[in-house]
Amino acid sequence: MSKRYVAIWFRHLMTDWMIRRRPELKDTAFVFAAPERGRMVVKSASADAQAKGIYPNMVVADCKAILPSLQVLNDIPGQDDILLNALAEWCIRYTPIVALDPPDGLMLDVSGCAHLWNGEQAYLRDMITRFSDFGYHVRTAMADTAGTAWAISRFGQVTPIIKPGRQLDALLPLPPAALRLEPGILERLNKLGLHTIGSFIRMPRTALRRRFGQILLQRLDQALGQEIEIIQPVRPIEPYQERLPCLEPIRTATGIGIALQQLLEKLCDRLGKEDKGLRRCIFRCYRIDGNIQQIDIGTNRPSRNVVHLFKLFENKIVQIEPDLGIELFILEAPVVEELTSAQDALWNAKTHGDNVAVAELLDRIAGKTGMHTIHRYLPNESYWPERSVKLAASLQEKPTTEWRIDMPRPVNLLPKPELIDVTVQMPDYPPMLFKYKGQLHNISKADGPERIEQEWWLRNGHYRDYYCVEDDNGARYWLFRLGPYTGNAPKWFIHGFFA
Amino acid sequence: MAKREIVQQLQKEVLSLQQSKKPVVGQPVNPDLGELLGAFPNKTFPTGAVHEFISPNPENAAATNGFLCGLLGQLMLQKGPCLWISARRTIFPPALKVFGIDPERIIFIDLDRPKQVLWTIEEGLKCEELSVVIGELSQLGFTESRRLQLAVEASNVTGFIHRYQPRGENTVACTTRWKIKPISSISGDMPGVGFPRWDIQLLKVRNGKPGSWQFEWKGGQFHSIAPQRFSIIKNERLKTG
Repeated sequence: MSKRYVAIWFRHLMTDWMIRRRPELKDTAFVFAAPERGRMVVKSASADAQAKGIYPNMVVADCKAILPSLQVLNDIPGQDDILLNALAEWCIRYTPIVALDPPDGLMLDVSGCAHLWNGEQAYLRDMITRFSDFGYHVRTAMADTAGTAWAISRFGQVTPIIKPGRQLDALLPLPPAALRLEPGILERLNKLGLHTIGSFIRMPRTALRRRFGQILLQRLDQALGQEIEIIQPVRPIEPYQERLPCLEPIRTATGIGIALQQLLEKLCDRLGKEDKGLRRCIFRCYRIDGNIQQIDIGTNRPSRNVVHLFKLFENKIVQIEPDLGIELFILEAPVVEELTSAQDALWNAKTHGDNVAVAELLDRIAGKTGMHTIHRYLPNESYWPERSVKLAASLQEKPTTEWRIDMPRPVNLLPKPELIDVTVQMPDYPPMLFKYKGQLHNISKADGPERIEQEWWLRNGHYRDYYCVEDDNGARYWLFRLGPYTGNAPKWFIHGFFA
Repeated sequence: MAKREIVQQLQKEVLSLQQSKKPVVGQPVNPDLGELLGAFPNKTFPTGAVHEFISPNPENAAATNGFLCGLLGQLMLQKGPCLWISARRTIFPPALKVFGIDPERIIFIDLDRPKQVLWTIEEGLKCEELSVVIGELSQLGFTESRRLQLAVEASNVTGFIHRYQPRGENTVACTTRWKIKPISSISGDMPGVGFPRWDIQLLKVRNGKPGSWQFEWKGGQFHSIAPQRFSIIKNERLKTG
């Protein structure tokens, strides 16, 4: 089935929002301004201000000269992102796939949605009516590709709905800016007198690429549907989700606890049937005044143990502010992993207890310092020291091969071998003395060499001849020589310290 | 005979009062340290305590890690996994197998800041299902060490604090202070490097007798290689408590 996209353009996003909050500003000229290089610069201007010739990126002092009655408000950084996100979430009523199109637009993938509103015309009309009821000035357009929908919403003059397959006809009369290009490219196009897309679209592609770069061709292809453009939905659809609507608003911690317990039981029951366990879980509370309160947890290993999960949530329940009451609870698990039904002990059979406390401790540590700080190592089938261990993916993973103990390995390994100066009596003999960090070590005993070849199917390079040596003071080191004696003297490195 | 038993009983009671520790349930884990155990009260290695190891250079750090792993292998036999917390870790897991440890049973936690390391050590020491918590850091103040000590008194987990190149050897509330350095191995008539040997200095031990010993790690066990020397270390005043 062919795709359909809707682009929504909020023409005065920030100022419309302000008018909604402060209705007395309606029909007045006002701007949001922020300091930039020591002067106040307009960030967004209301519809009335724009009608009087005041646009973003102008200096406030100049605007005041044009319009002395102009009201200047302080810009709220980050507010436009929050606003756009909230609008995108609201738009999920129209289609499940809504993407942000900063700074002031939304992109909706509406394939197969419009017939629910009795056709595309009615669909767009509903959208525009609702937004203008809220007080937002919007322009919308629908087309087969996100690029064309964007272009028509900003620059279209004829009709907002482009019939399937008619992108080219719709694009021809539009200015190049409709292709979402950088200002530099637009300037060059303008200088050459290419004022519409139609004036250059039929030029040879190689010429276009040479003069304007790959990006122009890519944007053209995206608008025409010859190249796929992937939009990033604001909220991926969560398959593992449980809802609990309440007849009466819930206001007490006990009530929230009971709701959480019920939802966890339902969710864990489903996870149990599918042999899965959750790694992350979010608990959302929808208040009757429209506010959403949420708490979330993460676990170190997949779990569907209601008691354990409830305990993790328990401390956070106090963070929820029920205010007037909560009417809907939603529990969802965005990250879910396989968990076999026979939950074998975490470690060896030697342990008593089921290590729940350890898993909980690791959950706490991960919560504080991040998941990436926790490591466990398993043996890897490789002689090359750096590759002889691999990270375990989870806490239950068991080694698939034995740890090798036939060759000596140092207790402390340097993260990177360090260059040393050595004196060697004869080739293929261990060194007599070596200098590391300015200190001279006389070698009294040595073992080796143990030759470890570079694994040619992974990387090219010389082999290493490892020597285990002991100096006069009794300290033991792991040294190696890189490659053979041919021409230049080979380099020596220190790689570790034995116990 | 009866008198001696009574005296021993009383000694134990006094000790438990001094250490303010709850009695250990079941068989106490006692690493096979031979004569070194004589330095400890009751000839028992103090589990459920925080031990401090100081190493001024990488060679000593490697020897300390070797000795630690030897102890760890025996302490981990009975209880759960081990946490190894550090800000700059150099330990090479495949080498641990020689010391009787399954390296996959150790959870390494690699952090950036000393403050995080201290927090994680304290949380680990509070978790009763761990056998040992090893923390690598350079600076440890008295207050922080006191917190760690309080944590182990409640949970009976053993803590090893390995201080690499500390600025000074300040007083801390740990039960023991160790310094371990490598000494020349003896390979007999054979050429090459022999089994690892260490000079173990116990500089401080609560209610015990500090001293120094020499040990070798051979065949998965500690072997004492010199007659016990209770000679007082000249330069350093012995401290207890």
